[in-house]
Amino acid sequence: MSTAIPPLSPPLRPTLRQRAFSERTQRTLRRRRVVNGIMLGVFVVAAVVAVLPLIFIFVHLIRLGVGSLSWDFFTKMPTPVGEAGGGLANAIVGTLILIGVASAVGLPVGVGSGLYLAERKGASLANGVRFLSDVLNGLPSIVMGIFAWQFLVRPVGHFSALAGGVALGAMMIPMVARTTEEMVGVVPVALREAALALGYPRWRTSLSIVLRTASAGIVTGALVAIARIAGETAPLLFTAFGNQFWSLSLRQPIAALPLQIFSYAISPYDAWHSLAWAGALVLIALIFIISLIARIATRARFSAGGGD
Amino acid sequence: MVATERTIADDVSLVSPGAAGVVAAPRMRVGSLDAWFGRVHAVKGVHMDVRDREVTAIIGPSGCGKSTFLRCLNRMHETVPTARVEGEVELDGRDIYARGVNAIAVRRHIGMVFQRPTPFPTMSIRDNVAAGLRVVDGPSPSRARTDEIVERALSRAALWDEVKDRLSASATSLSGGQQQRLCIARALATDPTVLLLDEPTASLDPLSTQAVEELVYELRRDMTIVIVTHNMQQAARVSDSTAFFLDGELVEIDDTNRIFTTPRDQRTEAYITGRFG
Repeated sequence: MSTAIPPLSPPLRPTLRQRAFSERTQRTLRRRRVVNGIMLGVFVVAAVVAVLPLIFIFVHLIRLGVGSLSWDFFTKMPTPVGEAGGGLANAIVGTLILIGVASAVGLPVGVGSGLYLAERKGASLANGVRFLSDVLNGLPSIVMGIFAWQFLVRPVGHFSALAGGVALGAMMIPMVARTTEEMVGVVPVALREAALALGYPRWRTSLSIVLRTASAGIVTGALVAIARIAGETAPLLFTAFGNQFWSLSLRQPIAALPLQIFSYAISPYDAWHSLAWAGALVLIALIFIISLIARIATRARFSAGGGD
Repeated sequence: MVATERTIADDVSLVSPGAAGVVAAPRMRVGSLDAWFGRVHAVKGVHMDVRDREVTAIIGPSGCGKSTFLRCLNRMHETVPTARVEGEVELDGRDIYARGVNAIAVRRHIGMVFQRPTPFPTMSIRDNVAAGLRVVDGPSPSRARTDEIVERALSRAALWDEVKDRLSASATSLSGGQQQRLCIARALATDPTVLLLDEPTASLDPLSTQAVEELVYELRRDMTIVIVTHNMQQAARVSDSTAFFLDGELVEIDDTNRIFTTPRDQRTEAYITGRFG
């Protein structure tokens, strides 16, 4: 529908009041620009300061650790004091095993409870669980270690990889639960309704439509959680304990990178110190890679769902 | 002005059983239906027959309860928290709200398509169409049988030629109009007796709208369709009967021709002549 364009009125001269108003506007505009510039600068500095520690740590680790990195580091066992060479093969494998156990515990429980929290938003049990899982998220990790020690080490009588993995898994649960809840929450109601209208029972709608649609985001959250727990030391101190020897058994103490770094770092030997630096570098690289995968997974989600 | 656009419906009323003088039993019969959202009384005491193999259009201003009414016909209304329904809705003589009737089974017989296309984004085109087959009673159809059903559903939804070479592509790679026809195909795959369309063209461009309208015109040959629409011209073009809703009440229902030429109720006349709504 087009309406006729009204005729242009002749240009009006601004009145005195209008001119004063305009001058005032000009002045405030200048002031706003200056304030804007200052605030922008402050926030840029804050943003840079936020990542500065990571950059320092990275540079420092590379400087001190890269010299000890070699093929042996990844394939050889630790050597006794005074013997040159050796590596952290058992600790690297141990950390991977611990991550595996932690994921086996943390992912199903975390995803399940996150799905419950999202699907039963207003229920009082859901509100309670949500609150407690936030508390759990803030729980010091050493407390989680004590919990695992109490229930999985003390009754058995010895440290084990299983206890360490469970302690780490328990830490993952609240993180995974909250990401799952958020990701399931953003699945459009329309998709849920479409499935229900097709004759999907509610539980199947949740599992095969809602959870599947949210899966990319949940995978990202799970990877972030894994990256967080991969470097945890405190919960492992009295659960997995560490091991100088090669062990793949879940029922025996197992070596882990953070533990090995800890024990090498507090030792008085220079050779072990540099191994600790190298171990820290490998650990941070592992976390870096996991985060990178998480990033790529997120991006894949947005490009796949980018139709709308 | 509206009546002149009624070419498709005029044409089909010659073959539709109701207009040919044969009085068929209604496919659905609604008796004193009331629906609430919390305390809001959205549908008030509606009685209505939905005739077999015809298109029934439901028109009315926003918030008149027409979508809620539609959602009561396949028991989707009750999936919303705080929603409540009272009354009877019969499908082929059986009350779908009777005790012991499973809402999920009802929805498998009465398909529904929504205002915005809702393809499942994680599934391929083929899997989207086959989605309803996975929850049918008894064993799921074999792969070959599924392929047959998918092809038939896509053909009925006039989408087969456009997607037959990329059935395994993501459903989100289709255009909006194609996605909507995909949703119609998905609803058709389980062979429902009634298809409910809730403003199916509200988010589509004119060409896609035309495609969907032509599809509705074709589908009435072998199924019963109820379509909610904001667009009176659309109701005039595609439907055999039209129901006018206002403030949760059914003001009147009649042959589409009559509603748009000589409505009995003044409010209907006021609405279709554009005096409000």
